[in-house]
Amino acid sequence: MEKKAAIELKNITKTFGKVVANKNVSLTAYRGEILSILGENGSGKTTLMNMISGIYFPDEGQIFVDGKEAVVTSPKDAYNYKIGMIHQHFKLVDVFTAAENIVLGINDGKYNLKQSTKKIREICDKFGFDLDPEKKIYTMSVSEKQTVEIVKVLYRGADILILDEPTAVLTPQEIKKLFDVLRRMREDGKSIIIITHKLNEVMELSDRVAVLRKGEYVGSVTTAQTNENELTEMMVGKKISLNINRSEPKNPTDRLIVKGLECVNRSGVKVLSDVSFTARGGEILGIAGIAGSGQRELLEAIAGLQKVNSGEITYLNPKTNSIENLRDKTPKQIRDLGVRLSFVPEDRLGMGLVANMDITDNMMLRSYRKGKSMFLHRKAPKTLAEKIVDELGVVTPSVSTPVRQLSGGNIQKVLVGREIAASPKVLMVAYPVRGLDINSSYTIFNLLNEQKEKGVAVVFVGEDLDALIELCDRIMVIGSGRITGIVDGRTATKEELGILMTKSRYESEGDKNE
Amino acid sequence: MSKTKTVHKREPLFHLVKRDDMKWWQAWLVRIAAIVVALLLVGFISMLLTKESFFTIYETMYRGVFGKLETGSTVMLWKYLQKTAILLGLSLAVTPAFKMKFWNCGAEGQALVGGLASMICMIELGDVLPYPALILVILLSSVVAGAIWGVIPAIFKAQYNTNETLFTLMMNYVATQIVKYYLYIEGGGSNKINPVAEGNLPMIGDNKYALNVIIILVITILMYIYLNYSKHGYEITVVGESQNTARYVGINVKKVIIRTMIVSGALCGLVGMLLVAGTDHSIDTNTVGGQGFTAIMVSWLGQFNPFIMVLMSALVIFLNLGSAKVADNCGLNSSFADIAVGIVILFVVGCEFFIRYSIKFHHTKKEARV
Repeated sequence: MEKKAAIELKNITKTFGKVVANKNVSLTAYRGEILSILGENGSGKTTLMNMISGIYFPDEGQIFVDGKEAVVTSPKDAYNYKIGMIHQHFKLVDVFTAAENIVLGINDGKYNLKQSTKKIREICDKFGFDLDPEKKIYTMSVSEKQTVEIVKVLYRGADILILDEPTAVLTPQEIKKLFDVLRRMREDGKSIIIITHKLNEVMELSDRVAVLRKGEYVGSVTTAQTNENELTEMMVGKKISLNINRSEPKNPTDRLIVKGLECVNRSGVKVLSDVSFTARGGEILGIAGIAGSGQRELLEAIAGLQKVNSGEITYLNPKTNSIENLRDKTPKQIRDLGVRLSFVPEDRLGMGLVANMDITDNMMLRSYRKGKSMFLHRKAPKTLAEKIVDELGVVTPSVSTPVRQLSGGNIQKVLVGREIAASPKVLMVAYPVRGLDINSSYTIFNLLNEQKEKGVAVVFVGEDLDALIELCDRIMVIGSGRITGIVDGRTATKEELGILMTKSRYESEGDKNE
Repeated sequence: MSKTKTVHKREPLFHLVKRDDMKWWQAWLVRIAAIVVALLLVGFISMLLTKESFFTIYETMYRGVFGKLETGSTVMLWKYLQKTAILLGLSLAVTPAFKMKFWNCGAEGQALVGGLASMICMIELGDVLPYPALILVILLSSVVAGAIWGVIPAIFKAQYNTNETLFTLMMNYVATQIVKYYLYIEGGGSNKINPVAEGNLPMIGDNKYALNVIIILVITILMYIYLNYSKHGYEITVVGESQNTARYVGINVKKVIIRTMIVSGALCGLVGMLLVAGTDHSIDTNTVGGQGFTAIMVSWLGQFNPFIMVLMSALVIFLNLGSAKVADNCGLNSSFADIAVGIVILFVVGCEFFIRYSIKFHHTKKEARV
């Protein structure tokens, strides 16, 4: 079968200030194929796709749809060219049903929900979507919401579909289901572009892979004729080993004990129930779970930022052998107790750092109170900043550059560097490599390993199951605010974790029905 | 590569791109250029309205602000400095609150109650206390009064997360009404208080305004140090940038909000004292005269930097006085001064857009290689 080009990009360039997001990118997607756009974070994948779907407009270059030049200045234009994009963050109205969300914004003078629902059902049957058009969005799981987004795009007649990191929020089982649907759409002659940085998914799903590196187009390869190593090389430019060095824990000692923890969030919904575990010094404890299962609240409760309803949080001080109760204490009280607790929060610029301050001033966040003087001493933080920039290879013009101007990986190095500099006994990190390229990720993993070897109790909340399995000594799985299992990191498999991740959800749904 | 023009029918003419690559001196050149262009425009509009020559307008402005400096008369100059100092003082007062993203729109009221406290002390204690004690009591009472006026909205903000903009605005009306009432009971039938001789701030030589100007200059330097080099200032910045970060590092956010508004209100109260005990020796509802609101703008224009705020308040007062003189001389409505200030502010604020964004025109678009 001769392949027909669905969409063709020629010399697309896009800059944001001095940042070149895309430079002279030319690539083609054909009808009836699944094309993966592979690249590290920050390599310009999303920007490129946003230009096809009308969110951005290219500075230079042209887009051709079916061989004719297209000018896409808005998502509406994109629909006219039958291009639809499914974004990473869903844009749905919570109190509406699936069907209402799908027809929302279509202004053709007719509004007939019954007919629309029929059409939605037809689409679902055709491609094998599992969707109830009358279900309200707020009762849906993440995967169902994603299905709504995909059907929404199909309903508008799109035959070029772009999916931005569609698997990031899904369990392995849900991913499999999504892939089946995508394959069926391919058979229907649709052109599917998926943005991802997960190699195994690329290998499993796509027909062809286009690789971007630092905003530039490296090349395309046919999936059948390549392997993960070759793709990694294309992605990062040089070959690097994919192994994380995991040492055996040396005499692990209990450091942080959580018992029967229960928390509710601001709107009164229970986010953690009966959470009990022990973090040991000299060990990395991984926490796996679908995003939003209570990981954030758990870490914040330990750090003194989340109100605790019931349960205990105790810290065993290795220096004095005293037992400290951390529950209902503010972060300052916890520190005043002599508890060496460092915390790298999920929201780096919104919580861990101050975006508009320079590196030196951000170093000071932890230490500025020292001394009785009412004035700040910037000398020590400046030395620390220089040391971190030097040792962790932070790319920055100087230590007086506002951190918001740094790239994601460098921002994270600054934050992790500061937290480690406080020589912690417990180090909690939430999604420390999210959005980081492979090299930066490994810098962070190595830092965590170093801390573990120093006898620090490391608590690592992650989303990439491969990384969790390679890095952690034990992996605790959290599902809907409950601990669904604690497994050995050396023997755990992704499937096992995936099952544990979803376990509690169905159980708790069962509870409701009773 | 051929660079043929390929402007399409539906292609937008230009689009905006965010930039952060402008050097600081380039940014300042843009700002200075904006002020120059704005001043030229003001001159041009005045010329159209008054039929005076272009340069006469500027000369009139200059005369309106500085008077006849060459004859050795510094009366006008000192008046200019005094007005600038008062505006600068209020701008400095609101700045710590603004840096904390607490929108204190109550400088007007806080200064007014400060002034009222001075007035009451001057009238009630003027012949009771010895002069140094009297001045001290005046200072303390006005500072405390301003601080109380500032801290009330802060407490409600910290405890109940009320909207501070509305709250501080309302407090202005309360302050005005209290002063009105005081004028009613103290001023007899006239609702006016004649200048009081007791409790006036000391003069330096025979200059009525020099002390005010010096006090504000000292506060400018202190405020710069407070904001940039003190632990309090650091906490203010962190709370303003991100309350989450503040909580994360263990800063007591409520405490910082309350403490900062005490500082802000107290400074307003002090400026109120300078107005009453240091300038007018009397009070009415218009003593602060809207400067509390102009101060909000000056603080923003100065980008919360006390030294830039010196220049900005000097510019605003210059335009006020200068264009008032133009309006006066040429029989224009007094609104002319507001228009002139408005034009300059529009340019100063508007030029920030060009510092933050660059405009890309599409006729430079390259033809793709086919």
